Amino acid sequence: MFLRMVYESFRRQKRRKLLAGIAVTLGVAVATAMIAVATDIGDKINRELRSYGANLLVTPQEDTLDVEIGGVNLKPPSDGTFLNEADLPKIRGTFWHHNIVGFSPMLPVNAAVGQGGVRDVTLLGTYFSKQLTFGKEHFVTGVTMTHPWWRVQGAWPGDESTDILLGERLAQQLGIKPGDEVQVAGRSLRVAGILSTGGSEDDQVVAPLALAQQISGKPGAVRRVYVSALTKPEDALARRDPKSMSPEMFDRWYCSPYVQSIAYQLQESIPHSHAEQIRQVAQNEGTVLARIKGLMLLVTLAALFAAALAVSAAMATAIFERRGEVGLMKALGAGNFAIAAFFFAEATLLAFLGGVTGFVAGALLAHQIGRSIFNAQITIQPVLFPVILAIAACVTFAGSAAAIHKAVRFDPVFALRGEA
Amino acid sequence: MSSQAQTRALVSRREKAPNTSMFARMLLRAAVLRRGRAASALLAMVIAAAVATAMMNLYVDVQAKLRREFRNYGANVVVVGSNGASLPEGALAQVESQLGGRGMAVPFGFIVARSEQGQSVVVAGTDFDRVRNLDRWWKTTGWPSAARQALVGVRASSVVSPEGKPFTLSFQGRKLPLTPAGTLLTGGSEDSRIYISLPEFIAWTGVQPSTIEVAVSGSTEEVNAMLQKLAKSLPGAEVRPVRQIMEGEARVLDKTRSTLLASAILISLTASLCVLATLIGWVFDRRRDFAIMKALGASEKLLNGFFAAEAAVLGLIGSILGFGIGIGMAAWIGRVNFHAPVIPRFGVLPWVMAGSIAVALLSAILPIGLLRRVQPAIILRGE
Repeated sequence: MFLRMVYESFRRQKRRKLLAGIAVTLGVAVATAMIAVATDIGDKINRELRSYGANLLVTPQEDTLDVEIGGVNLKPPSDGTFLNEADLPKIRGTFWHHNIVGFSPMLPVNAAVGQGGVRDVTLLGTYFSKQLTFGKEHFVTGVTMTHPWWRVQGAWPGDESTDILLGERLAQQLGIKPGDEVQVAGRSLRVAGILSTGGSEDDQVVAPLALAQQISGKPGAVRRVYVSALTKPEDALARRDPKSMSPEMFDRWYCSPYVQSIAYQLQESIPHSHAEQIRQVAQNEGTVLARIKGLMLLVTLAALFAAALAVSAAMATAIFERRGEVGLMKALGAGNFAIAAFFFAEATLLAFLGGVTGFVAGALLAHQIGRSIFNAQITIQPVLFPVILAIAACVTFAGSAAAIHKAVRFDPVFALRGEA
Repeated sequence: MSSQAQTRALVSRREKAPNTSMFARMLLRAAVLRRGRAASALLAMVIAAAVATAMMNLYVDVQAKLRREFRNYGANVVVVGSNGASLPEGALAQVESQLGGRGMAVPFGFIVARSEQGQSVVVAGTDFDRVRNLDRWWKTTGWPSAARQALVGVRASSVVSPEGKPFTLSFQGRKLPLTPAGTLLTGGSEDSRIYISLPEFIAWTGVQPSTIEVAVSGSTEEVNAMLQKLAKSLPGAEVRPVRQIMEGEARVLDKTRSTLLASAILISLTASLCVLATLIGWVFDRRRDFAIMKALGASEKLLNGFFAAEAAVLGLIGSILGFGIGIGMAAWIGRVNFHAPVIPRFGVLPWVMAGSIAVALLSAILPIGLLRRVQPAIILRGE
């Protein structure tokens, strides 16, 4: 009898059930989408923050001082120690290699540019988007990933070619356009493009690393490596000195993607190197990330609150409209418990149906938001599904409870006469 | 007390009562007599308006809040002498007057000096008080406070004063004894430099500052306008945007604002749904009033007008109360998350008001449309 009543109630009152169902579905959809976006926004914004460029710098351990003013290197080229280019793919072998967005080696060399060596400028050797292999893994890395604000008019040179990029101001002074040939360190090289960075590279020549190594006569040499990594905002543990940690604490520190622990791992993987965070980038991204995540958390709470309210309002309205039925049931001798159980069973069914459809709709919505705003997939944790269903059931129950309580207290006579 | 006296009292009270129209009286009585349902409808309205207000306010204000965080990335504009030359004298004052308090400017002068061991090292002269505010990521063990004190980059310190001992630098034969006040760690090129105060730098080397780093606050358009103004006022210098900082900021800000906008729309929609559900219930609940009015000969127009007016008043009151609460919510979120209150934007009020009234009207018209087709007799019989 109980089951039949529930079934018939759904079959006969399609309009009312549909209204309440739509409310539950929409509420759950909004909640799902907001929770999915909020849990994933940290990762997405972290990736966007990488547009500030590298946050780690690897230099040789026994490094001499940089003597550089306004991007002009004043140190004799033979000076200083170097890293070995062959060690670089090992960066992909570190514990947090999935978090490493890219790296680019740099080798500054002094070179004379122009007909007859008119100007001494810095020639910077680097990767543009170089194909590398570590173990069985192939990957691409270079300045296009670590320095996303670099703009090239013309084309990027190939990493295996001997084409170069000319800094914007230098090109203007020399009167050179993309495609022209230019004398660099006694060689005639083709200018693939004009580089604009807004920094000191605007006065420099940027060339493939192999070419810079040839010019300097140091095969395999790299002066420094810029690494761009996704990191976790710094906390008290991150700032501690790894040497003073207990083994368990060290493991926890080592296995968290703090900028400090990634620096430590880079030092481990590249022999004779010293890795340091670039504080201008690394320190600020934590604050920005924390602010945006905090904001989204609060906004999500507001969304959940609004969704819960909408669902409970719809449920309350739906039950309030059915006083007549309650009166009839009571007149036929149904107890308060039986009536409450009937309505709760209905609410559960609604919550379940609405919850499932709402979850699917919310997942689609989150997907759409991710696509249109971040151009990336928003991952929805499977664990979210039971959580959302439970929340939907709770909210539907809570919304119904007050209305059911009121409905049960009606005098059946008044309810049936429609005077309650 | 006789019934006559009662009637007289009633008549005299009615006489004194303000001569309000029937329409207004009906509106008022409807709200007063069915307090419970009216209050719950109003509550839904207030909450929806509050949530919508808070979201819109945040959306408008969050840009300014985040921009402040982004200024911690340091300068977004640099002024350098053309072709590496020193800047004309008074350039800093020029920049400051152009900025007019809407940003910070820090001068830097650079030379290459020699240590006692004959090592080349870059020495920079700057204004420490300003640098501290501009480059907040500089990690130092102590800032210079007295004369002849220097801030030594960690890598420079291992060369010139490994144990933090006083050292002497020479530039074109002129010697300058210095005491390290602390070491500096940035992870960038600053680590290889020695920083001293600008007056000492000029007195020692005779070199004027060649770079001014400027942090201009405001939107991209404002920063670009300031770039033009600076370039015009300093013809002997080059004014360049720091693309790394400006583009990164624009990207992150853009994404955050879009996400917030999407959330604001979703939340406002859900809140409207809540209002819709409650108000439809409320109007349906009063189908007997509707039937009685119709039975007493009220015209369709009057009925529609009555329910519409009721909804509009509800929307109006709800939006004003909700606006106040929403402003409070936004201020609280600002305090918790950004440690600064969100400024109330009164420009949001008309939007919230219009939205609330529209939703209220919609939820009044929907059930009336359904009820209109029903005979009053059927409703009055409770069917």
